[in-house]
Amino acid sequence: MAKGIWVFTEQRDGEIKKVTYELLSAGRKVADSLGEELCAVLLGKGVSGLEGKLGEYGADKVYTVDSEALENYTTDAYTNILADLAKEHQPTAILLACSASGRDVAAQVAQRLGTGLMTDCTDMALEDGQLVFTRPVYAGKAIVKAACPEARPVMATIRPNVLAADAPQAGRAAQAVPVGGNTGDIRQVIKDIVKQISTRPELTEADIIVSGGRGIKGPENFALLEELADVLGAAVGASRAAVDAGWKSHSFQVGQTGKTVSPVLYIACGISGAIQHLAGMSSSKCIVAVNKDPEANIFKVADYGIVGDLFDVVPLLKEELKKLLA
Amino acid sequence: MKIVVLMKQVFDTEAKISLDGNKINKQGVSLVMNPYDEYAVELGLRIKEKFKGEVTVVSVGGPEVQDALRQALAMGADKAVLVDPGADEIDEYTTATILAKAIGGLEYNILLGGFKAIDDGSCQVCGRVAEILGVPVVNMVTQAEVEEDKAVVTCDIDGGSAVIEVKLPAMLTAQKGEIEPRYPSMKGIMQAKKKPMQKIGLGDIGLDAAQAAPKVKALSYSLPAARAAGKLVPGEPAEAAKELARLLREEAKVI
Ligand SMILES: Cc1cc2nc3c(=O)[nH]c(=O)nc-3n(C[C@H](O)[C@H](O)[C@H](O)COP(=O)(O)OP(=O)(O)OC[C@H]3O[C@@H](n4cnc5c(N)ncnc54)[C@H](O)[C@@H]3O)c2cc1C
Ligand SMILES: Nc1ncnc2c1ncn2[C@@H]1O[C@H](COP(=O)(O)O)[C@@H](O)[C@H]1O
Repeated sequence: MAKGIWVFTEQRDGEIKKVTYELLSAGRKVADSLGEELCAVLLGKGVSGLEGKLGEYGADKVYTVDSEALENYTTDAYTNILADLAKEHQPTAILLACSASGRDVAAQVAQRLGTGLMTDCTDMALEDGQLVFTRPVYAGKAIVKAACPEARPVMATIRPNVLAADAPQAGRAAQAVPVGGNTGDIRQVIKDIVKQISTRPELTEADIIVSGGRGIKGPENFALLEELADVLGAAVGASRAAVDAGWKSHSFQVGQTGKTVSPVLYIACGISGAIQHLAGMSSSKCIVAVNKDPEANIFKVADYGIVGDLFDVVPLLKEELKKLLA
Repeated sequence: MKIVVLMKQVFDTEAKISLDGNKINKQGVSLVMNPYDEYAVELGLRIKEKFKGEVTVVSVGGPEVQDALRQALAMGADKAVLVDPGADEIDEYTTATILAKAIGGLEYNILLGGFKAIDDGSCQVCGRVAEILGVPVVNMVTQAEVEEDKAVVTCDIDGGSAVIEVKLPAMLTAQKGEIEPRYPSMKGIMQAKKKPMQKIGLGDIGLDAAQAAPKVKALSYSLPAARAAGKLVPGEPAEAAKELARLLREEAKVI
């Protein structure tokens, strides 16, 4: 009999990502309604000791595999371990972050377990005892509610920043269950890893994003946006036009063929608001647009807009925000 | 080198979406090759140019997918295989089961696909196919150096990029990188008309519908609520900037 709601811990260099707390908070409610336990799966090197944090956010139990071989994510090692654990314990559901590694391992494990996987979900609810997931499809132009009626575990990856994380309960402990774990043959051999060194948050997890488009006119002018981003502790993004012009690398691109983001605040500067751009950011909670064209499409989705020249407005806005936040 | 590309036809990115009862309305929507699959086809062609060999493009879908397959042939692929699933309600498990069965009957050194289909954005079909066929997968590849028996690829990972080596056969899924897909030439378009396009059903690859029955069921479709019209903050830049900062703090409470 399938039992347990599992959350796959998103961890990098020994630091648990916020999305994990979001998943635990949502998972906790489902587990309580079903009368099942909430378990976290924690894989990595030097990760023992992080169980406490997972407990504070709601995990009853943490399966930990702490191994040299798990220092960096590889598809095979993570798949083998997660799939073995799931075969042994038969959970009801496995929730993962919709990140590069979360998506990667989810697809492999779902296939190995012969089950269904719903990706990039923005909500999860129990309806008549069944887990139902909400997913934006067609670049957010339609929304589907889907379920996996029979196969178990139900698997889903969930977009960071869309579910609320509850406040941690200091002292709430999880049972730590260290597991040996067999990574198996790892066929993806890592030759090199280049970490993007940035003092800014990553686009997909940032609470605030300042994005620039063709209206920025040149790579050097991104400095304007970076200064604004610094004041707000924000990440910097770009439209495809800015990326195609070579002003920013593709990792900055927001949109249908770039990253999907859901920040609390998205500030679009010199971006027209093409449908493919909106696809990547329309689930932002608050959208601000600065554009000199009053007819620009971005104003149709913006909560607040300023019609004006970004070269005037952005530095002034930066100063005003600095004053407010001082 | 035998190269197989998994290609999906999707709605054009500009397509307006409407509902037809509790389904997405497919009438009158223009269809294109999934943009990431264009990169996969291009990568396949470059590998073929380096080693000689053959590029086969495989797709699961209805007869309309022939257009996208012809486009791949016009770009330079050699053969196309289209498997009609014979059902409307399929999921990634179904698609992957069919693709793996069809590809399992071909010779291949390398499998290529897109890392994501821009319609359902599910990022799982290629991974599933690799799992069924027992070949390693590397996702979100932006650059690939392919040799006779291995590939050394650069791929996006969380927080950066990695260089990964895999032995062939392997599955690589394409992310936007340095390679620009070529446009079909006039000559390519003419030649494509004569290239083989195999249209088959589940029975032809020894599958019955039950074996490929979906695991995930769509319960309902809806259109997103339109965002409420926002406000334009009036005034000279200095005034507007000040007012915007105030609104963000006091009204929207986002800073
Ligand atoms: C298959 C496909 C996938 C795509 N994927 C993406 C994607 O993932 N992401 C994406 O962004 N796009 C994507 N696009 C491209 C998209 O269609 C648009 O071309 C692109 O988003 C336009 O970028 P932009 O808004 O920066 O440029 P433009 O549309 O050129 O807009 C520039 C804006 O800047 C304003 N401006 C100019 N100067 C100033 C100034 N001094 N002050 C204030 N405003 C100024 C102008 O009024 C204009 O509105 C895709 C297209 C296709 C076909
Ligand atoms: N119906 C299909 N036919 C062929 N290939 C597909 C199909 N669906 C998905 N794929 C491949 O899998 C990739 C990822 O799709 P998805 O998992 O749906 O996001 C696509 O870019 C294609 O390479």
